Amino acid sequence: MAADDHHPHDHDHASELSEMQLRVRALETILTEKGYVEPAALDQIVENVETKIGPHIGARIVARAWVDPEFKRRLLADATAAVNSLVGFDPVASHLIAVENTPRLHHIVVCTLCSCYPWSVLGLPPVWYKSAPYRSRAVIDPKGVLAEFGVSLPPETEIRIWDSTAETRFLVLPMRPAGTEGWSEEQLAALVTRDSMVGTGLATSPTETAR
Amino acid sequence: MTNSIHDMGGMHGFGPVEAEANEPVFHEPWEGRVLAMQRAMGFTRLWTIDGGRASIENLPPLIYLAASYYEKWFRGLERRVVAHGLVGDDEIAAGRSLRPGIRLNRKMTAEDAKAARSASFERPAPGPARFVEGERVRTVNINPTTHTRLPRYARGKTGTVEAIRGCHVFPDSAAIGAGDNPQWLYTVVFSARELWGDEADPTVTLSIEAFEPYLAPA
Repeated sequence: MAADDHHPHDHDHASELSEMQLRVRALETILTEKGYVEPAALDQIVENVETKIGPHIGARIVARAWVDPEFKRRLLADATAAVNSLVGFDPVASHLIAVENTPRLHHIVVCTLCSCYPWSVLGLPPVWYKSAPYRSRAVIDPKGVLAEFGVSLPPETEIRIWDSTAETRFLVLPMRPAGTEGWSEEQLAALVTRDSMVGTGLATSPTETAR
Repeated sequence: MTNSIHDMGGMHGFGPVEAEANEPVFHEPWEGRVLAMQRAMGFTRLWTIDGGRASIENLPPLIYLAASYYEKWFRGLERRVVAHGLVGDDEIAAGRSLRPGIRLNRKMTAEDAKAARSASFERPAPGPARFVEGERVRTVNINPTTHTRLPRYARGKTGTVEAIRGCHVFPDSAAIGAGDNPQWLYTVVFSARELWGDEADPTVTLSIEAFEPYLAPA
C-alpha cells in the first residue's frame, strides 16, 4: 500500500486528522500573531487555487491548438509566449513547454523528486501524481502505469517520459479524437481531460461521451 | 541530503498507482492553509524554493513515507521557521506566540496574493552555453550531502542534448544559501536501455532537465 499520500479510503484516521488540524491552526496563529502572515492573504491564496486555476485552462489551450494550426505552431515553439498572447487568460508561468502526442510518439510527465506540475494551466496536482507509486514507476515501467490508467497504446507508438527536474513545466498536447470534425473550441475543450494533458490518459472520444 | 527517500525514480515495491475519481482540490481544509502558509512565507524571500524542497527531503525517511503530502509540507515549513529563528521551539510546543516577531522586509498582503504572479527562475547568462543541441553528453556521478536535482537513476549515463532552455537559478547553490549561481539548463534524452539495462523497452526514451554542472562531454 502506498504510504506517500492519504487515499480517500484512508480518511478514517480521525484522530490523526484532528491532530493535523490542531497543529496547522496553531502554526497559523503563531505566524499571524508574530506578524509574518495575513489571514486575508492566506484566504486569497486558497481561493486562487480552488477557483482560478485548474485543468479547464489547459483544456482551452489544447482545444485552441486543435482548431488553429498557427497557434499550435507557436504553442510548440514557446508555450509561455503563445498562451500569454491569448486574450482572456491569466499569465502562465515562465518556461511552460508543450509537447505533442502523435500516433508515433506518446509523452508522459512526472516529477520523480517531488511534485513539479504546471499549476498555471492544470491547477494543483492530483494525489496520484505526487504519490510514491507514480513517481517511482513512471520512469521505469511507463506501460505498466499507463495500463493502470486504462491506456494501451499501439505497439508502434514510442513513449517519452519527461522528468520535471527543474523549473520548466510540461503540458502534453493530446491527439484530437476522430469524429470531431467541425466541432467548436468549447465542444472540443470538454473532451480534454486533465490526465490527457499529463500523458496518463487520452482525450475523450465522442463515442465515449455519447455513452 | 541527496540520496534520501524522495529520490524515488526506478524504485520498486510501492504498488499500483491509485487515481481518485472527481478528486477535490483539498481533502481537508487544513491542507489549503498549509499550502497558503507555504506560499506566504516563501514571499518573504527568507529562503528559496530549493531550500523549501530540501527541508522536505531532509525529513526522516519513515516520516517522509508515512506522512501525507501536505503533512510533509507542514513539517518542512515548521522546521524552516524554527531554523530561521522566526519562531521558537517553545512557541511550537505552546501552540501560540510567546514574544513579538522579528521584522520582515516583505510580507504578502491579500492584494499581492490576488495578483499571484509566479516567479521566474531565468537569469542572465554569465557566459555562453557549453553544449549544443544534438551533442552527446555524460551525466556526472555526484553524491552531495546537500540538495541536487540530478536524480540517482540518471547519474553517470550517456544521453543527447535535445534543447537548451536558457540560464536558470542553480538549485544546488540556492538551496544552501549560496546564491543564484545561474547555470545553463538543458533537456537531455536517454534511452530506457541506457538507464535501466538491456532488458528495458527499446521503444521508451526519457529526459531530465539537466543543469550544466551535471554534464560532461561524452
